[in-house]
Amino acid sequence: MNKVLMKGNEAIALAAIAAGLDAFFGYPITPQNEIPEYLSKYMHEKGRVFVQAESEVAAINMVYGAAAAGKRVMTSSSSVGIALKQEGISYLAGAELPCVVVSVMRAGPGLGGIQPSQADYFQATRGGGNGDYRVVVLAPESIQETVDLMKQAFDIADIYRNPVMILADGLIGQMMESVDMDKPVKKRHVEPKTYALTGTDSHEGRNVITSLGLDPVYLEKHNNALKDKYNQIIKHETAYEMFNMEHAEYVIVAYGTVARIVRSALDMLKEKGIHVGLIRPISLWPYPRKAFDLIPKTCKGILVTEMSMGQMLDDVLISNKGRFPVGFYGRAGGMVPGPEEIVDAILNFKDKVVES
Amino acid sequence: MIKYERSQGLTDVHTHYCPGCTHGMLHKLVAEVLEELGVLGKTIGVASVGCSVFAYEYFETDFIQAPHGRACAVATGIKRVSPDRVVFTYQGDGDLGSIGIAESIHAANRGENITVILANNATYGMTGGQMAPTSLVGQVTTTSQLGRNVAEHGSPLKISEIFAQINGAAYVERVAMTDISNIRKTKKAIKKAFTYQLEGKGFSLIEVISTCPINWGMKPREALDWAKENMIPIYPLGVYKDVMKND
Repeated sequence: MNKVLMKGNEAIALAAIAAGLDAFFGYPITPQNEIPEYLSKYMHEKGRVFVQAESEVAAINMVYGAAAAGKRVMTSSSSVGIALKQEGISYLAGAELPCVVVSVMRAGPGLGGIQPSQADYFQATRGGGNGDYRVVVLAPESIQETVDLMKQAFDIADIYRNPVMILADGLIGQMMESVDMDKPVKKRHVEPKTYALTGTDSHEGRNVITSLGLDPVYLEKHNNALKDKYNQIIKHETAYEMFNMEHAEYVIVAYGTVARIVRSALDMLKEKGIHVGLIRPISLWPYPRKAFDLIPKTCKGILVTEMSMGQMLDDVLISNKGRFPVGFYGRAGGMVPGPEEIVDAILNFKDKVVES
Repeated sequence: MIKYERSQGLTDVHTHYCPGCTHGMLHKLVAEVLEELGVLGKTIGVASVGCSVFAYEYFETDFIQAPHGRACAVATGIKRVSPDRVVFTYQGDGDLGSIGIAESIHAANRGENITVILANNATYGMTGGQMAPTSLVGQVTTTSQLGRNVAEHGSPLKISEIFAQINGAAYVERVAMTDISNIRKTKKAIKKAFTYQLEGKGFSLIEVISTCPINWGMKPREALDWAKENMIPIYPLGVYKDVMKND
């Protein structure tokens, strides 16, 4: 154990290098600028590739090219910039290429603001790119977890040949915390990249990477194959944490830094004699629907809290299957809820109910 | 005895190109050059969106299909992580000159050591003959049915001239597929561009004046004459940039 105090964005950069990042392509946008800034130096020192692209669009397409060449590749951006990357993410998913996309969310819509937000849950989990595709979305609540998930993300991307997104908010990116960069993560088996474009002198036959399929019979088959893969991801990569659930009177569902604020609220509620549990989805896609089957009968309601106007709320409503009343409390525009606001929302749960 | 054989650089399939279109011949020239330079085994091609979207079916090399306009960004990604490979894009004028102008200019400006083969046929072929940034003044297309006019649509974009003044561009030449002598010059230009890449000189672009008989509404022979008489005066042929000559 060797803990150091580190800023979230710098930890993301170092974790990517530790995970064997071969190439980074990005474009400046607040609040993630420290990632490319650090990497421009570290990647150079390590003799690896760093390119500041002319746009987010170009950056994700450089990712597409370098991923096709069989390398570990990453880009990072924020809200508006992630919107511009969606075409490329769809291509990566369609052509089944691995990459890691770090999204440090800021407030929207439009140019919005640069303060922390979770308003890009839909953008991350539903995607803005075209076609039937999925992106694995992992949402850390601390800098340590960000580092651990970064390392796992590259393996998950390689195993399934699919983009993986680390969905952080401006708080994770900008705050400093103690972190153990050497904390071991589960080693996964990754197959050799036989699909990689390395020239026909280095492999049998010709390797071609495309997402074009003008023949509907072929294209439906491809979509079915993708769906089978996504089902495997749902089965093996769903991740969540349940906390304080036994005999819970209420259950709060929150992810990312909001989950941390909820933990403080749970302590305050305990002092008031109210027993509240927490479901913290770590994978936002695949969403941990099964966790909701484990909510005890003592529960009088589920409160969803987000730094948005209610986006993960949709997944909670799907997962709840009408068992418990569902309430919502959210802040937007870069406003971060305090624990006392969440305590109030539980105390006045009836006013927060969106589906009873 | 002279025996005509298909280049080793081409796959053994029929292309989807329309009768009289010059893409087929241009593919052959690129394939022959790669074969003659002995680099087929280490070449990675980047197909664009447009008529050349299926280029990956026709070249006997590794290939990737890029999003519309992004071929130079995709090529950048490949080349940066595999600098010992030969990387080229094959793009049309709409792909490079319109939707992909930013990616193309910045790849050139970074001096990416890649080769760009640009087929300029003054129209969007794949989508059915719409106006391109390179369409000539007065040219009737499906989206300029009264003819392109400068006040409304701007002037034809002179791609070679633009790229020639970018520092990172090592070699820029405009050639034509209009007759045998020009086709020979085209092959020579392509060979020079790939040779520059092999020598690590940087970005090269060969703009090839091409024809689109179907969308131009002409017979193949008429299309060749039209390109010669109307396109070449607006898009003069020649070497626009050669780092070896400018030094």
